[in-house]
Amino acid sequence: MSEQPLIYARGLVKRFGEFTAVDGIDLEVAPGEAFGFLGPNGAGKSSTMRMISCVSLPTAGELRILGMDPSRDGTTIRGRLGVCPQLDNLDPDLSVRENLTTYARYFGIPRAVARRRAEELLDFVQLADRAGSKVEPLSGGMKRRLTIARAMVNDPDIVLLDEPTTGLDPQARHLLWERLFQLKRRGTTLVLTTHYMDEAEQLCDRLVVMDGGRIVAQGSPRSLIETYSTPEVVELRFGDERPADVLGKLDGVGERVDPLPDRLLVYAADGDAATAEVHRRGLTPSSVLVRRSTLEDVFLHLTGRTLVD
Amino acid sequence: MMTTMIVTRVSPARVGAVIGRNLGALRSGPSYWVVLVSGFFEPLFYLLSIGVGVGALVGELRVGGRSLPYATFVAPAMLAVAAMSGALAETTYNFFGKMKYQKTFDAILATPVRPFEIALGELSWAMIRGSLYTGMFVIVMVVLGLASPLWALAAFPATMLVGLAFGSIGMAISTLMRGWQDFDLMATGQFALFLFSGTFAPVGDYPAAMQVIIQVTPLYHAVELVRGLAIGDPSWGLLAHAAYLLAMVLGGLLFAARRLERVLCV
Repeated sequence: MSEQPLIYARGLVKRFGEFTAVDGIDLEVAPGEAFGFLGPNGAGKSSTMRMISCVSLPTAGELRILGMDPSRDGTTIRGRLGVCPQLDNLDPDLSVRENLTTYARYFGIPRAVARRRAEELLDFVQLADRAGSKVEPLSGGMKRRLTIARAMVNDPDIVLLDEPTTGLDPQARHLLWERLFQLKRRGTTLVLTTHYMDEAEQLCDRLVVMDGGRIVAQGSPRSLIETYSTPEVVELRFGDERPADVLGKLDGVGERVDPLPDRLLVYAADGDAATAEVHRRGLTPSSVLVRRSTLEDVFLHLTGRTLVD
Repeated sequence: MMTTMIVTRVSPARVGAVIGRNLGALRSGPSYWVVLVSGFFEPLFYLLSIGVGVGALVGELRVGGRSLPYATFVAPAMLAVAAMSGALAETTYNFFGKMKYQKTFDAILATPVRPFEIALGELSWAMIRGSLYTGMFVIVMVVLGLASPLWALAAFPATMLVGLAFGSIGMAISTLMRGWQDFDLMATGQFALFLFSGTFAPVGDYPAAMQVIIQVTPLYHAVELVRGLAIGDPSWGLLAHAAYLLAMVLGGLLFAARRLERVLCV
């Protein structure tokens, strides 16, 4: 039984009128996995998440969550999911603690259990000292942590996080990542969407890259980088010269060269060697950065576009 | 078929959780109480100024072969209005705010709670709020000698039906609202109902065409039902008024639940 996927989708489609948001995707998420959807805005990530969270029904295709059919067993499935939506919808009329205890009641959790669970979760997301406060004065990071606590109030089998750190400052993001990492270590199955490649790399065991409603690649962050990129990337900037004009002179340097509006990316197994070759050809870039390849490079290679505009 | 599917799967515990959420919000701050209290005083002020004040000029009124002091005629109408306003305040402004801006219902719909259960919970809460108004108002009527205690008690369940009816319609309307400005339109309609539904003058005194229009609108039926009981003049005709209000409850509830599903579960 443990081998049965928690989420199983075949040919999943979501259309809104004429617009196709999700265009036939296949998925399988195993228990204990941290699974990510990586893609730019409008790739269909959130629509997919809403279908998985059994709020929106698929237009076509097959979807099984926890082995059940959302169109028939939506209520039962939702009772075993924890959802952290992209936009905070915490209850501004209630205190921090009441946001958790009230939410627990929607799952039919007894009051006493809800209170105990709320205290544990407030400790876990480091908001115990704000328990009596209203939601409004909390910072963005605190609100998001509270939303994650709320998503866990029913001790869910899967926690769904739609862009958990979008709009947060770096410090708040790192605190949140650390908490999510704790969840992952406890064996909680996490499904998240993000358009931050560093988030995907840090948190996801496996991910799919989405673009235009389709899955364009999938695998672990490492295998995606190995498959679609080179170990290292050299970023070259040429002051006033346009990258496209320099492109011709870089023929044969590294494995591949991608011109961006403001810089050139040279994909190479050995960045320093590639840089040496650039200089040997008499080129004088105004700046050179040798770095490891990231999922951003994978995405650029797969779609020809950057993740964050 | 659709209807039976919706209704048979309702969980009282989940409806209770939606009511409990509103109770929690009520406990959380004084602002809500201010709104709550204002809903009681408005019809009371009308009763005192027009029913008692203008009533002193009008004197006795002949209704259905009986002679009544004007204030006794107006008081049950104000009671029906209190039931309407109490239910509407909750199911329009508050419901709309939770649905559209606070995203409270989005959060709830990610749990096992269904749209119809939200509608039932919100309506029940509106009833609790509305019954506070009408309960206090009934006591005022008895104290001022505008109704006998027993008939006032008989009118109370009728005010609950009025609250259910307007609460259901209020929710249905809220699901169609585009923004706060649409509520101005609703407020105007509500005020017109308030003035012309046989509240301050017997509908029989209006021109025939106007009588027909009034008899189609909902507050007329609410006023007739509540007044018939409050002045101790029950008749089989009251059942027709009750049936009209019951139809509002069912229609409004089902429509609101369908709209919640169509707007929020996409």
